[in-house]
Amino acid sequence: MVDRLLGRPSEAKGDAKGAGKGRADGKAKGGGGPRAEPDDPKAAVWKRVQLARNLARPRTLDLLAEMADEVIELHGDRGFGDDPAMVTGFARIDGRRIVFVGQQKGADTDENIRRNFGMPHPEGYRKSMRVMEMAERFGLPIVTFVDVPGAHPGPESEERGIAEAIARSIGLMSRLRTPIVAIITGEGGSGGALAIAVGDVVLALENAVYSVISPEGCASILWRTADEAPTAALAMRMSAQDQVELGVIDRIVREPGEGAHADPRETAKRLRTAIIAELDRLAELPLDELVELRYRRYRALGPYTEVATPEVTPPASRGIADRLRDLLDPTRWSMGMPLPGSSRRDEPPAHEEV
Amino acid sequence: MPIKLPSFRARRDSYPPDLWTKCPQCGDMLFNKQLEKADRVCPTCGHHFRLSAEARLEMLLDDGTFRERDAGLQSVDPLGFVDQKPYPERVATAQAQTGLRDAAVRGIGVIDGQTVSICVMDFGFMGGSMGAVVGEKVARAAEDALAERVPLIIVSASGGARMQEGTLALMQLAKTVAVLERVRASRVPFISVMSDPTTGGVFASYAVLGDVNLAEPNALIGFAGARVAAGTIAQELPPGFQRTEFLFEHGFVDRIVHRRELRAEVAALLRFMRVPELYLREGTPASYSPIGALLASMLPLGNGGGRG
Repeated sequence: MVDRLLGRPSEAKGDAKGAGKGRADGKAKGGGGPRAEPDDPKAAVWKRVQLARNLARPRTLDLLAEMADEVIELHGDRGFGDDPAMVTGFARIDGRRIVFVGQQKGADTDENIRRNFGMPHPEGYRKSMRVMEMAERFGLPIVTFVDVPGAHPGPESEERGIAEAIARSIGLMSRLRTPIVAIITGEGGSGGALAIAVGDVVLALENAVYSVISPEGCASILWRTADEAPTAALAMRMSAQDQVELGVIDRIVREPGEGAHADPRETAKRLRTAIIAELDRLAELPLDELVELRYRRYRALGPYTEVATPEVTPPASRGIADRLRDLLDPTRWSMGMPLPGSSRRDEPPAHEEV
Repeated sequence: MPIKLPSFRARRDSYPPDLWTKCPQCGDMLFNKQLEKADRVCPTCGHHFRLSAEARLEMLLDDGTFRERDAGLQSVDPLGFVDQKPYPERVATAQAQTGLRDAAVRGIGVIDGQTVSICVMDFGFMGGSMGAVVGEKVARAAEDALAERVPLIIVSASGGARMQEGTLALMQLAKTVAVLERVRASRVPFISVMSDPTTGGVFASYAVLGDVNLAEPNALIGFAGARVAAGTIAQELPPGFQRTEFLFEHGFVDRIVHRRELRAEVAALLRFMRVPELYLREGTPASYSPIGALLASMLPLGNGGGRG
């Protein structure tokens, strides 16, 4: 029930200063530009997955500490507790006041345990919803930092309604009357990512990835072994560049040198420039138009075709023809043997995660 | 180009017919005819077998009232996805097996005299997975409910988002939920019915967002599959985890409804949940039917969270 504890060292500043000194070795500073890619596309995408998961990759609070003049973190969902895997609050970037929301992984094992490896529970998403509603009320734009393997999948999460929290968060973001810039900074893991990634514009760091299911999860379902994860990563086209081509991500922010972990300061600087540009562009739009454009962006995603079919006539009362058809329909037969038609109704779900 | 639907003769030749089904819960042998008559609920233990979209519509709606819409929506292969088989081949196989074009059927029907916009899912089609077609059908069902000021009913049966469509399948969560926000703002009622299974991205989008959430007994309902959960957190899962009764106990399901009561229950709820007169008269906010979308986009929104 308390947003801030006075006298407690600010996590944002503390974390990031240490991290900045430790990680920015300066070697790759100012680097970037085109780099040699592995020839094998599978190896190339898997390299990006590993970069996105790199332990030294700058996290939400690290990036904010570098790019913002002021950061005030806010805590708690007002119903259950405070989720350290999700960070929220106010920040000032180049004089612009924003509300920030993002997952926060740890920099080491201890912090990762405390922050649950950046996997939020429902209260994390309820905290971010609370703060985003406040952003709307005070007319502040929202910037979200997405870096999550997936929402926490355990029993506590289910008990407290992780699916409901994600669905509500998506709904809230689809209608909030304030600009939203979403940035995939690391792992964009499925529903746990999308829950804070609905925006007027979606940016991504160069080595970020975005997918409907983790490559390991996809591989273990479709290839029956998690070892095929790189194959699954390639098949799902989860690299940021592929996601731009699919229209899911709008723009990419290049990473310096070997990747964001090599130079967090330069990464933050580039992100800052991109965020400022987007905020200024979005600020020009009237709110009605902004929300309508955001709605239409998501309404239009996902291609399909339409084939001409005769209008289906409603079935009359069940006549002999219907009964005959039922009798001949193997989907209704079953004796425990794996008939292609019959087993399908009562086997466990083929797709288990999103 | 119209798809050639499978003939039943081919299947008669390949599989011997069978008159009995074994109940996976109590092990009783059930005479198929009897099982059909009982809406595919085991008369011994009450196990709810899965229903095809067709059987579900027949069970819920007044006879002969269903008018299908968007029957021709068909999946494409945006990623060029190949696992053991190419995705288009998987779709074709599922079409041949089910006679459906994709995992959802939607249209307008009547429940006990009340017109509704309804969308039902079929687990038999690729695990009821949600790709762009399912998302589009759900969105259009919601848009028709908005435009025609009739209640929205969605019956879910799905393992979640369709991996073969990648993040575009994930985006269907945003697409469907965004439309539902408008349904909600316009005071058009939405009843979500969850059947076995309702998991992953379907549960984490429209299925959980009903004004009233109904669920069939002992259905698997959850966010992450049990295998995923066990693999990620290395912790013993409690018995009954992710079953209807677990969800009910934790407050995410309004009522657990036996299949034979479902139609009456939905009808009874709809008699309370009416679009208010004022909204019926003024027809506000602007409708978002596919046809009216262009026109609607020029009008002020009239919904959304307001500015507090």
